[in-house]
This record gives sequence, structure tokens and C-alpha cells, in this order.
Amino acid sequence: MNGADTAFVLISAALVMLMTPGLAFFYGGMVRVKSTLNMLMMSFISLGIVSVLWVLYGYSLAFGDDLGGGLLGNFDHIGLKGISPETLTGGKEGIPVLAFALFQLMFAALTPALMSGALADRVKFSAWALFITLWVTVVYFPVAHWVWQADGWLFKLKVIDFAGGTAVHINAGVGALAAVLVVGKRIGFKKDPMRPHSLPLVMLGAALLWFGWFGFNAGSALAANGVAANMAMNTQVATGAAMLGWLVYERIRHGAFTTLGAASGAVAGLVAITPAGAAVNAFGAILIGLVAGAVCSWAVSLKFKLGFDDSLDVVGVHLVGGVIGTLLVGVLATGGVGGATQLGRQAAGAFAVMGYSFVVSWLLAKGVDKAIGFRASEDDEVSGVDQAYHAESAYDFSAVAGVSSARAAAPAAVSDKAQNKKVDA
Amino acid sequence: MKLITAVVKPHRIDEIKDALRTFGVQGLTVTEASGYGRQRGHTEVYRGAEYEIDLVPKIRIEVLVEDADAEDVVDVVVKTARTGKIGDGKVWVVPVETVVRVRTGDRGPDAL
Repeated sequence: MNGADTAFVLISAALVMLMTPGLAFFYGGMVRVKSTLNMLMMSFISLGIVSVLWVLYGYSLAFGDDLGGGLLGNFDHIGLKGISPETLTGGKEGIPVLAFALFQLMFAALTPALMSGALADRVKFSAWALFITLWVTVVYFPVAHWVWQADGWLFKLKVIDFAGGTAVHINAGVGALAAVLVVGKRIGFKKDPMRPHSLPLVMLGAALLWFGWFGFNAGSALAANGVAANMAMNTQVATGAAMLGWLVYERIRHGAFTTLGAASGAVAGLVAITPAGAAVNAFGAILIGLVAGAVCSWAVSLKFKLGFDDSLDVVGVHLVGGVIGTLLVGVLATGGVGGATQLGRQAAGAFAVMGYSFVVSWLLAKGVDKAIGFRASEDDEVSGVDQAYHAESAYDFSAVAGVSSARAAAPAAVSDKAQNKKVDA
Repeated sequence: MKLITAVVKPHRIDEIKDALRTFGVQGLTVTEASGYGRQRGHTEVYRGAEYEIDLVPKIRIEVLVEDADAEDVVDVVVKTARTGKIGDGKVWVVPVETVVRVRTGDRGPDAL
């Protein structure tokens, strides 16, 4: 066993885990006060659901031996059967399969959580939980197999997706678009102001994502080596450049360098460098970042023009950013990998995932809607899904509410005293 | 007696308070408020979507004074609240029939 590589992958798994709560804060700050907790929960619940599913059958479907045609893994490793702490990847110098499985679990948990931002404020929590359970099973596990398993058909086609541009970001971006088209717009979309309630929370989330993304990207080398170092460097510089790209576009177009723009640009850069980072040099990474920042900044306005309510711009950031990174590998890849042939492969991979994910995600969302209703009732949406589904509220602003809760406690105290007096008497 | 009410920019509160104390005003009431005047608030941009924020934060200061002092107190408030920029606020004066100090029951000027 290679101890250094194993340690690196285990630490990377922990870093990737942090991305899901990071995403929860990134999204949580962008919604209105009344659905903050729901937004956090829609991401956080994924860590619960997917962790369990991954052990039950997810790992086996994604990384088991091919069932045929490069489409899906087999059922040999249901319940992680046949994998002991001693089982290593790639012979004596490998890492424990369990370390790899844990690392990949974090990807599987993050991907459905990415979609939650598109459905902010307006879906039933139960329906969301059901939807992502089905979605990872029918969409994510197979697509991960296509892209990353040596038998997968996109892997064999030599599509480069180092850390998840297609399997994670394009997949989630398209899935989110399909779900939004089924669920519909928020009440008051385009009419009522729906500005973010806490930009500091958005910034905190973006920062945690950035930090965790080093595990996501560099960890995908599965070894503490030069590829990982290149990926880590590229992750940093592409993200910095994307932040600049977004801010410059925004300054020219809208007149201000906004905080939300800086946070969004950083995430767009992280998305775009994900598939590409191992195949380009640092200069290529900067180019990818600049393009992703500026183009995603433009792309988020599409929802107003096209009239779909992707609340927190999952399509504009993850789908568009993922496509940019996936295609630019074909252009900017070093070491004789790039060129027209590779560009064609990259496009084929991107469109295959888009087509499959869109159709199946749409059918799943429709199915969930028919079965239990996807959408919150109008009353619940207007008064806020936090209270409807979680029986909580994120903040207590009102001094009056404080007083009344103090009063609610008071009668009990008074009656206690009264009782004591009776006893004394 | 007069009630002087001033709705002004929040960051001027310390200067106004100090100036009124120097002038000899005994007490005042400050409330957080929001509203707009002719300038109609401002615009904020989130990912390219523009929001008109028309209710901007203000503070409201209320001071009870004797008739003779009213004009001077208004001057003090206006001078210290002014920044010269749009949204500096308004000050107005209304007559007051009675003032009672709750603790003692004093009425009129004695209660100020």
C-alpha cells in the first residue's frame, strides 16, 4: 500500500465533504430569509441520503465491473461486498479501495446538492429527498460509470473529464434545468424583489467551496504527485482569473464590482477548471478562468430572457461553466492531447451527458410530481418553506417576538411561585 | 411648547445629539425609521438583476422644547444634519398642548 497516496486521498475526501455544506451556505445566503434553512437542508440532506445509497448499491453501479456496453456497473459490490480494508486499487502500490470509494462518495453527495439552488423557495422537502434518491440512482451512478470507470463508454471514447466537468457539473446543471421546467417559476418571479438575504453567508460558502475544491480536483489524481500539484495550481489560478473575468464584465455591463459577482465568478472558475485542469498548464488555466468568468456572468441573465426560473443560476454557472471547461480542454490541452479530434470527443461527451441527464431528470421530476406533488402549496411558498417543512425559522429579528416568548415562559414561573406559597402556607 | 421632529441620515445622529446637548436641550427620543423623499431610494444589482430599494434607512429624532427655543433648535438640527447631498431629510415643528412628566406629574414647561 502507498501510504502517502492513501493519506492524500483520505484528506481529499474530507475536503470534498466540506464542499456540500459550503454549497449550502453559498445558496443559503442567496435566498430570502424565509427559506434559508430549507436551502441549507436541501444540500445537507444529500450527505445523508447519498452516503447510505453509496454503500447499498451506488459504488457498485458506478465503479463495479461493466454490465455491458459501458453503460452501468454490475451488482457485485452491493453493500461494499468483497471490499475489505486490505483490498487495494492497482496491486501492491495502490491505495485502499475503501479510500477511493469514500472519495467518490463525496462527489456523489455533492452533485445532486448542486441542483437544489435551481429549485429554491418552492419545492416540498419530501419531494426533493425522493427526487435526489431517484436521480443519483438513475442519472448520477450510470454517468459516473460512463466517464470514470475504465469500461465506461465515454472513458473508452477518450473524453477527458479529470474531476467531474461532465459527470458532476454538466450533469447537475442539466438536471436542474429539467427539474425547473417541471416545477415552474417561483411566485412573483420577475415581479417581486428576491435579492439575497446574506451576502456574507454567500461569501463564506464560496470560500469553503474554493477550499474544498482542492480536494475535489487535486485529489482526483488519486496520488500525491505532479499531476495533483498541477491540478492544485490550476485550480487556484483559474478561480482567481474567473473572479476577475466576472467582475470586469459586471463593471462594464452593470456598473459595479459586486460581492455576489466575486463569489459567483470564483465558483464558475472552479467549475470550468474541473474537467480541464490536469490537461492544461497554468497559463491555459488562466485563460479558461477568464472565459468562464465573463461568459457565466453573461449566461446568468438568460433565465430572464428565456423565462425559466433557475433561482440561483445553477444552469448559468454549472452547466455553462462545465461546458466551457469541457470544450476548452480540446483547445488548450498540452502534451499533444489537444486538437480538433479531442474537441470533437469532448463535445460528444458533453452532449451525451446533457441529452441523457435532461430526458431522465425531466421524467423523474414528472414522476415525483405525479406521485406526491413536487411543489409546495402556494400558502407555504408565500409564508416560507422553512416553517412549513422544518418547523423552524433561521433568524429571530423581532424584539416583540422575544418579549412574547419571555412572556410565554413567565406564567409558568409565576404559578410555580404561587404553588410554593401554598405549600408554605 | 413645540414638538420638533427630524428625519435625517443615520450617520449624523452623534453630531446632532451633541449639538442639542450643547444648546441645552434636556432630552430627546430617537427611532429607527425608513422612507424616501424625492430621490426615491437607490438601485442595487445582484447578478445583473436590478432592484429598486425605495425605502432607505433613516432616523427620526423627536425633541420637545419651549416655544421660544423652537426656531433655534430647528437651526441647530438642520446645520448639524446637513451633508449637502441628496437625502439629508426633513425637520418639522408642531404645537403641543400638554406635556406631563410621568414620575412626578409635573405639567407644561416644568415637565420638559
